[in-house]
Amino acid sequence: MLTPFKKLWGMACWIWSHGNRPAKHLSIGFLTIGGFVAGVMFWGGFNTTLELTNTEEFCVSCHEMGDNVFVELKPTIHYSNRSGVRASCPDCHVPHNWTDKIARKMQASKEVWGKLFGTINTREKFLAERRRLAGHEWDRLKANNSLECRNCHSTTSMDITAQSTRAATAHQTYLFTGEKTCIDCHKGIAHELPDMTGVEGWK
Amino acid sequence: MRSFLISIATIIGFLALGVSAYSDGTATLRQGAPILTEPDAPKMNKVENKDVKRVRNYPEQPPTIPHKVRSYEISTNANKCLSCHARTRTGESQAPMVSVTHYMDRDNQVLATVSPRRYFCNQCHVTQVDAPPLVENEFIDVENIIKAE
Repeated sequence: MLTPFKKLWGMACWIWSHGNRPAKHLSIGFLTIGGFVAGVMFWGGFNTTLELTNTEEFCVSCHEMGDNVFVELKPTIHYSNRSGVRASCPDCHVPHNWTDKIARKMQASKEVWGKLFGTINTREKFLAERRRLAGHEWDRLKANNSLECRNCHSTTSMDITAQSTRAATAHQTYLFTGEKTCIDCHKGIAHELPDMTGVEGWK
Repeated sequence: MRSFLISIATIIGFLALGVSAYSDGTATLRQGAPILTEPDAPKMNKVENKDVKRVRNYPEQPPTIPHKVRSYEISTNANKCLSCHARTRTGESQAPMVSVTHYMDRDNQVLATVSPRRYFCNQCHVTQVDAPPLVENEFIDVENIIKAE
């Protein structure tokens, strides 16, 4: 019963005793350069994989995303518009800044769990959970002052004279004063909304 | 035999009707294009976004929408229009309040919120495009009728 554990422990002791001593046969030059090369390869591989999981193709490869939220995105202005500039999933849903991105990726391990256990693997289950899931995104954007919106929509470049009167007034009154952030008014612009009963600003 | 003749006659009648409608220049969506050619789609006009109210043609006319409403959701879950035009939202939005008639049921009993029968805004209120009218409009404003008398 204890044998596999003993074996493993023995191996760990061997690695530790060897790793703990200075290298006997390898030159310091080899170790430095080798370490550097290995580091580059590890880092490159890590970032490549990270960026691979940061693409729309990766997101919609799960039918939960492809059949629900992605279909809803398609008719909206963030997918189809006159200039052809568009936002893909990670543009809005993953922070662009590296540390924040890693934090969000760590959070996303919960989503892998959900995928494995089929938390939202049918349309009905998805709709039942939609208010909670949307709430997470609203909270995240509220907390970071709509950072993912502002990656493209900067207030300094926003020419309110080119906007309609009501948009200009609303932005001057609430956005530029910092009283509200983008997500406070612009909920459900890229996806359909959950039941909005009790959500501030909705009737 | 008789019913067969009647059905044949009916079919011929409908065909004749269809041909005459086509040949007398009745406006159709296909614009008289031959059946095997695909006519160009009519030009789509831009929705007016001027935020300037249009005059109502008669007092009971549902006011038109003077702004774009693309992707404004009106469903069982949410009503984007009401997030500005509902009574409690007008302070923040400075938008005109939904008319008081919408806060009544069909027996004119007042309600706290918009009546379910008035919930689907775009059943009556529509956006406008700056396009030439498709058919001639013979509508005369009642004021002009009174003046003419």
